[in-house]
Amino acid sequence: MKEYLLGLIKDKKRMDGRGLSTYREPITIETGISKKAEGSARVKIGNTEVNVGVKMELGTPYPDSPDEGTIIVTAELIPLSNPNFESGPPGIQATELARIVDRGIRESHYLDFKKLCVKKGEKIWMVLIDIYSINDEGNLFDAAALGAIAALRDAKVPVIKDDKVQYGELTAKKLPLDKEAPILMTIHKLGDEFIVDPISAEEEAVSARLSIAIKGDRICAMQKGGADGLSLPEVEKAIDLAYTQVEELKKALK
Amino acid sequence: MGTIITKDRIVIPGQVIAEGMDYLPAKGTFREGESIIATVLGLLRIEGRLINVVPLRGPYLPKAGDVVIGTIEEIGFGGWQVDIGIAYPANLSMKEATKEFIERGADLARYYNFNDIIFATITNVIRLKAVDLSMNGQGLRKLPPGRLIDVDPTKIPRIIGKQGSMISMIKEKTKCQIVVGQNGKAWIKGETAEDELKADQAIRKIEAEGHNEGLTEHMEKFLE
Repeated sequence: MKEYLLGLIKDKKRMDGRGLSTYREPITIETGISKKAEGSARVKIGNTEVNVGVKMELGTPYPDSPDEGTIIVTAELIPLSNPNFESGPPGIQATELARIVDRGIRESHYLDFKKLCVKKGEKIWMVLIDIYSINDEGNLFDAAALGAIAALRDAKVPVIKDDKVQYGELTAKKLPLDKEAPILMTIHKLGDEFIVDPISAEEEAVSARLSIAIKGDRICAMQKGGADGLSLPEVEKAIDLAYTQVEELKKALK
Repeated sequence: MGTIITKDRIVIPGQVIAEGMDYLPAKGTFREGESIIATVLGLLRIEGRLINVVPLRGPYLPKAGDVVIGTIEEIGFGGWQVDIGIAYPANLSMKEATKEFIERGADLARYYNFNDIIFATITNVIRLKAVDLSMNGQGLRKLPPGRLIDVDPTKIPRIIGKQGSMISMIKEKTKCQIVVGQNGKAWIKGETAEDELKADQAIRKIEAEGHNEGLTEHMEKFLE
């Protein structure tokens, strides 16, 4: 299959007839899918489906940032969603997925950590973002990042009573979010070409990938994956490609 | 005297299909006491005394004589291990792999390498863990790199059609070479990527609409 895909990409063609820089249609986002979570979202890109939930907990701040809240992103790759996923503690793939999503949100300052402080040096909000893959047909990264943004937007702060969180009772208060959301795009190198939104078969043939988080017109986070190296002109090419796709994903988020 | 109990065309697991010893349980059924009971959700087929239930969908269960498409997963000392879409790899021994003489200690990757796609037949099934393959037979060969797609194994007869009518129509209209394995894998190779995509879509369409009537006319229109 790999050989076949590499043959196709030489003619700038893809297995499902899409262009190199075309996302699968439709990209849908549904919010409020979980009653127990403070915020939740279901993202579908083609047949890839990801559920994201946001829970909030009270905790003590880190000593080096006494007046800042924090986020914790975890991903669970459910064995039913892909034959290669195994149950058990998170592996390399799940950890990488969570870290890329985490970094995109953290480094873009999309969530104002200072406003998550309840009492300086003593109590802060910890925002837990949990990602579940429901069906993996490729490109979990972009779907998970979109889901995290949608779930954060959907979230409402729960009621605090006697220093304890009253789960199930939500205030009308939303999370302190920026207007502009960071958009994560993963650019994959297949053969000598760069593609977006690969399907599972393409993901197996990809030699390198670069996840780029863009907020406004600024890059706020990048992570490289895959065995192959990328030269500087190639990185620039990948970034250019990412910029052309930002609006597409932003549209889905609205 | 045996009697058919159910009037349904589609039966569900646990449903009693027939009573009495005159009927015999075949695929998708079992006997308990006097009654024959369905084990799968599927179409009821009664052929003489035999009672069959053809599942509506399900995994591939290997049986001797099937022709399958597989990918080479591992090369061992005495042969190859092949992924044919079941839980365990199937075995292709050196003896069954080629008519050529293979010298002692020869590099087996020269014959079939990792990720090579082969079209083989199942010679023997002892358990799911012990499935033997052979390359001796008409049309059995190593397939060049091509589009390999997964379809529901229960829909394979529909894709092939009566005496291969459906698959020949797709081949003719899309000008593609197509090989279909009974394990729910299809290999497509055409002159252009567009032709291959068309053949792919046609097969997917049959998979989705295979139970409808007038499928042939419908597919003919689709391929035009």
